[in-house]
Amino acid sequence: MATFTLNINGTKQEVDVDPSTPMLWVLRDHLNLVGTKYGCGIAQCGACTIHLDGTATRACMLTVSSVGNSEITTIEGLSEEGDHPVQKAWLEVDVPQCGYCQAGQIMTASALLEKNPNPTDEEIEMAMNGNICRCGTYTRIKKAVKLAAKS
Amino acid sequence: MTLVKTKIGRRAFIRNTGLASGGLVIGFSWLASCKMTPEQVNSLPKEWFELNGFLKVGDNGMVTIMSPNPEIGQNVKTSMPMIVAEELDVAWKNVMVEQAPLNTDIFTRQLAGGSQSIRQGWESLRMAGATARHMLKDAAAQAWGVPADEITTKDGVLTHEASGNSAGYGEMASAATSIEVPEEVQLKDNGNFSIIGTDKKNVDGKEIVTGKPLFGLDVYKEGMLTAMIVHPPAFGMKYKGMNADAVKSMPGIKDVFHFEVYPEGIEKQWSDQGGIPELVAIVGNSTWECMQAKKSLEVEWEQDSTAESTSYHEEALAELLETPSETPARKDGDVDAAFAKAAKIVESTYSAPYLAHNTMEPMNFFAHVTPEKAELLGPIQTPEFAEKTVAARLGMPLEKIDIMMTRMGGGFGRRLYGPFVIEAAVISQKMNAPIKLVYSREDDMTQGTYRPSYKVKYKAGLDENGNLIAWHVRGAGTNDDLIFENRFPAGAVDNYLAEKHSLQTNVTTGAWRAPRSNFVAGAEQAFMDEVAEAAGKDPLEFRLELFDRAINNPVGDPEQNDYDPERYAGVLKLVKEKANWGAETGKARGVAAYYCHNSYVAQVIELEDGGDMPRVDNIICAVDCGIVINPLAAKNQIEGGMIDGIGHSTYSAMSFEDGKPQQSNFDTYRLIRHSEAPKNIEVHFVDNGIDPTGLGEPSLPPAIAALSNALYKATGRRFYKQPFINDKPPLVG
Repeated sequence: MATFTLNINGTKQEVDVDPSTPMLWVLRDHLNLVGTKYGCGIAQCGACTIHLDGTATRACMLTVSSVGNSEITTIEGLSEEGDHPVQKAWLEVDVPQCGYCQAGQIMTASALLEKNPNPTDEEIEMAMNGNICRCGTYTRIKKAVKLAAKS
Repeated sequence: MTLVKTKIGRRAFIRNTGLASGGLVIGFSWLASCKMTPEQVNSLPKEWFELNGFLKVGDNGMVTIMSPNPEIGQNVKTSMPMIVAEELDVAWKNVMVEQAPLNTDIFTRQLAGGSQSIRQGWESLRMAGATARHMLKDAAAQAWGVPADEITTKDGVLTHEASGNSAGYGEMASAATSIEVPEEVQLKDNGNFSIIGTDKKNVDGKEIVTGKPLFGLDVYKEGMLTAMIVHPPAFGMKYKGMNADAVKSMPGIKDVFHFEVYPEGIEKQWSDQGGIPELVAIVGNSTWECMQAKKSLEVEWEQDSTAESTSYHEEALAELLETPSETPARKDGDVDAAFAKAAKIVESTYSAPYLAHNTMEPMNFFAHVTPEKAELLGPIQTPEFAEKTVAARLGMPLEKIDIMMTRMGGGFGRRLYGPFVIEAAVISQKMNAPIKLVYSREDDMTQGTYRPSYKVKYKAGLDENGNLIAWHVRGAGTNDDLIFENRFPAGAVDNYLAEKHSLQTNVTTGAWRAPRSNFVAGAEQAFMDEVAEAAGKDPLEFRLELFDRAINNPVGDPEQNDYDPERYAGVLKLVKEKANWGAETGKARGVAAYYCHNSYVAQVIELEDGGDMPRVDNIICAVDCGIVINPLAAKNQIEGGMIDGIGHSTYSAMSFEDGKPQQSNFDTYRLIRHSEAPKNIEVHFVDNGIDPTGLGEPSLPPAIAALSNALYKATGRRFYKQPFINDKPPLVG
């Protein structure tokens, strides 16, 4: 066990965990931030996507010991009131079905738009390809990303 | 107005049941954990008045409607309360929705399966709203001294025009609780709906996009431990022994033990299908610590029954396709005689592998079992059945078991089978602590309960004018006999023979979204295309000819056919019009139609140009599911179902070597992704006012055939073996 001071959603948080613990489980089991989801544990499905210094990153394979002073943003910290343009677009298009993968999809989409405010369909698909949606909401996700890009 | 007896779920309408005190719901602090928005807090009433088990009216006119059925992404948590709200005649913006706990005294069929929630809930949901409206009207009539039938309602307001009286529901809610529950109630006429048939967004939308704790895996409680299981590495193996001493002393680990989920003699429900009788449990403080312990733990297993491989399943199914059935499922006329005189014969065999459900949220459940009671919380499609096995396994009476459903990260049939609920309860009892059982993705994918592996062979005979005179189908599946003998084209062909076989195997199987239809529709509708081509006819017109036959001069007893040929033809005609079928678009196109779960769906799929496996550019879809409750959500279901069908038939497969699953995570099990999904989808509904039918499943099956028929046009190859990405069919002609 070791103590780590993490910068999460703009707040310093201290955790005492095994250094090999992935950020996914630090967030969920130790910090009560459960919006970041477990789907595969091997960075194949994207359900655990967070922002690490603004870059979409899979929390399931990011060990707590490798984070250092980097800034972590989770779905809970994306906006104060759930009114980030991507979140608003998701509601407007009524994207979710079961909803489980959507926090990860939103985190990937918001990181994309931060770097590329006006992506083409192909750029959206390439950026989002690491996020699986088992319910098949893909066409609406693309619609919502384009809607968010406009706003 | 339609007058109906309030007979269905009668107990739901008797007040002062267990729910009147809010007992079960409040018993779980879970719901309270979701924070309300400031507007919601401001709009909360000071007092709630429960008019029946489905709803309560606040003194300020707000209404809470309970959503009785499990929510797996099919959107019943929005659409079922919409039906109650419609008959109550309340404005949707004043409705709050709560997930109901399992309560068989109040609710009928709290189950998510067979696309039946709306169809089978339709009547009781309408009655719940209409009964409460009736009581509110009676209360107003007494207060104002006017006849109740002169009072009208709209958007939660009662009005008596003649006397000029008017009041909100909230003002009459208290008085309404002392009104006698009516023996019969008036339901609205279909034309008078103001909520049903309008787009309503997902009631959990805001919580979903902000990452609120909604799902089973999100349950964390004071003093809760995490539990994981270790199951045999291969089908046909069972537990032999282990030395867990070293692992028990690993950091954060509380216990490691072998346990029986289903001891001999225990009474099981159908929902226990696929359950592994003996497992190893690892219990610890956190998920990661349990995962680490699991990697270090060495368990000995021994062979219990045959070690089966995919090659064996395929050979055994192929052999069954060559084996006549002694008891055909259906036989009209004489197929042998018809084939003997046929001008043309077409014959093809189709196959598909096992599939895993792969809900994005793996199996999990929270359990807190004490000698006094068992509190269970999590994602389960069949709580009523799980409760019975939990009671039997724990040796506790049913009334001491409470089950509450969370929102579920997907179902697709997987959570119809709840051995994990029993496992969680047993582990909690043994640990004498609250626990959350968590399956890793690997546990989930290699546990079993798969979509069966299938093969089917079709043979059709055409006369010299290209008329279909004989149809023979013989199908086989692992632990499943595949064929629906009374579905189309039964009833449309003079000489018809349907035979089916099941291959018993120890690889466990279960219902997977649109069971059987998810394979047989793709095969049948692809074969229909081959037959139409051999007949020299347009594939869509060829199907319509057959439906004409089934409408005008059906073969056999039309009651025996479990489809309505007019509605079937109706969706084909609608998709023909919407897709402008027959016009030259320059795109490769395929058409298919299917009936399942009481609904009819037809699709035209258009592909992009180029490649061995061109991407779907556009889908035009026509659906007849009767009354559409929530068109927005209905379109979402239809879109998702088609992408599911296209994705699995193109990319996905489970295979086995000596009983061991060869895929265990998404690096080896391929699911459709963004860049492979259809680019555009349009959905059209038939507007016929018929009572609503299934929506969650019916769009999946035909999509597979519409795709393979389009692939034939694009590539000149007929795809017979799923997943299509691995099939290398020859060029035709």
